[in-house]
Amino acid sequence: MTVIRYNDQLIQLDAEQSVLDALNSHGASIPFSCRSGICQTCLMQAQESSPPAEAQQGLKDSLKLQNYFLACVCYPHTDLSVTRPPDTNPHQALITATVKQLNLLNDEIMQVVLDCQKPFDYRAGQFINLYLDPTISRSYSLASVPQQDRYLHLHVRRLPDGRVSNWIHQTLKISDEVAISNALGNCFYTTGRAEQNLLLIGTGSGLGPLYGIIRDALNQGHRGKIYLFHGSRELAGLYLQQTLDQLSEQYSNFHYLPCISGQETANGYAKGRADNVAFQQIADLKNWRVFLCGHPEMVNSAKRKAFLVGASMQDIYLDAFHVKPV
Amino acid sequence: MSNQEPLFEQLGGAAAVDAAVDIFYRKVLSDDRINGFFDGVDMDKQAGKQKAFLTMAFGGPHNYTGLDMRRGHAHLVERGLNDSHFDAVIENLAATLKELGVKDELIARVAAIAESTRDDVLGR
Repeated sequence: MTVIRYNDQLIQLDAEQSVLDALNSHGASIPFSCRSGICQTCLMQAQESSPPAEAQQGLKDSLKLQNYFLACVCYPHTDLSVTRPPDTNPHQALITATVKQLNLLNDEIMQVVLDCQKPFDYRAGQFINLYLDPTISRSYSLASVPQQDRYLHLHVRRLPDGRVSNWIHQTLKISDEVAISNALGNCFYTTGRAEQNLLLIGTGSGLGPLYGIIRDALNQGHRGKIYLFHGSRELAGLYLQQTLDQLSEQYSNFHYLPCISGQETANGYAKGRADNVAFQQIADLKNWRVFLCGHPEMVNSAKRKAFLVGASMQDIYLDAFHVKPV
Repeated sequence: MSNQEPLFEQLGGAAAVDAAVDIFYRKVLSDDRINGFFDGVDMDKQAGKQKAFLTMAFGGPHNYTGLDMRRGHAHLVERGLNDSHFDAVIENLAATLKELGVKDELIARVAAIAESTRDDVLGR
């Protein structure tokens, strides 16, 4: 008899019964819609062991790697411990980290370097929630790469009325301790298909996760072309230009183009919004993998555009920086 | 009449749905007659629904009922969803299958299944 563990509840699976039906018949109220393994409403995550492959069909590679599965078509033959996706779970355990460095990358973006006392499992491009106090937190993406960087790196842009970002910029000091969540999200590089071309578009501090993803891909031997378009309204809003130029000298398959959408122009910069410049230069995205990070409006419109010019939905990864109301 | 395999297997099963879903959804989003209905929707969730719809139209396993179809489209009917839009979707569906090299006879059978949902979708 197979047993499913969910929220400290042990539930026996009847023969021919899906995980969804078993949990819901015991009062779990997991949302669902199609019951056919298609709509992904009943997405769940297995802990410790992998779910059956049939329950992962049609999921993005980055979700499969994290043991996500569809409960409505999950018929396991071995015991399984399952949870709702952590993004929907407000009661996650917090981790303590120490501030090692604070480096201003430009006028408004601070690199925060954190040292976790315990091993911290993550992938470049995922995000963490950083807590100002037990009730106030904001999500920041990881620009560091576990195999290359000893510490966690965040790029925090100061927002005019941002409670947490202003606290980070003005109050936080080296050696302070902060509380963070586990790494979350599925916007990261997965191995396999090393010949696939990658398009990465970011605005503002959306460069953070992209910088991590690019270094991760290069480090893992990605052979396809990698195009990065980073945009800001003004020249002063861009950062890491020198580092990225050096990276493109070092790797012949990596191409970097900074874009300025405001009035200014300068040599070596494209004029226009990063997404528009990217789609002008790359007209056909069939078989490409696409990463979009930063302003939600850019992320959503570029997602639609990327899909319409040929990218498969499963190959489009997003990290939209929604600003919480004060 | 084809009397061998069921329609879903003749079309190529779940793999055929996977091949069709991006092409179909891309056509729908590019079609100015109907793409206004998809403004502001979550594209991943919508692609999931398109996939469920295609699975059903291909004669595959599904658990959708007429009531689901009614509930799922009621807010669009309020916004003016009518026969012309339904026709456009069927047209995009047929063009998708054509592009994938599916025989006309099978396309007609898929269109007939999709057609059977018309009254539920339009809330009649």
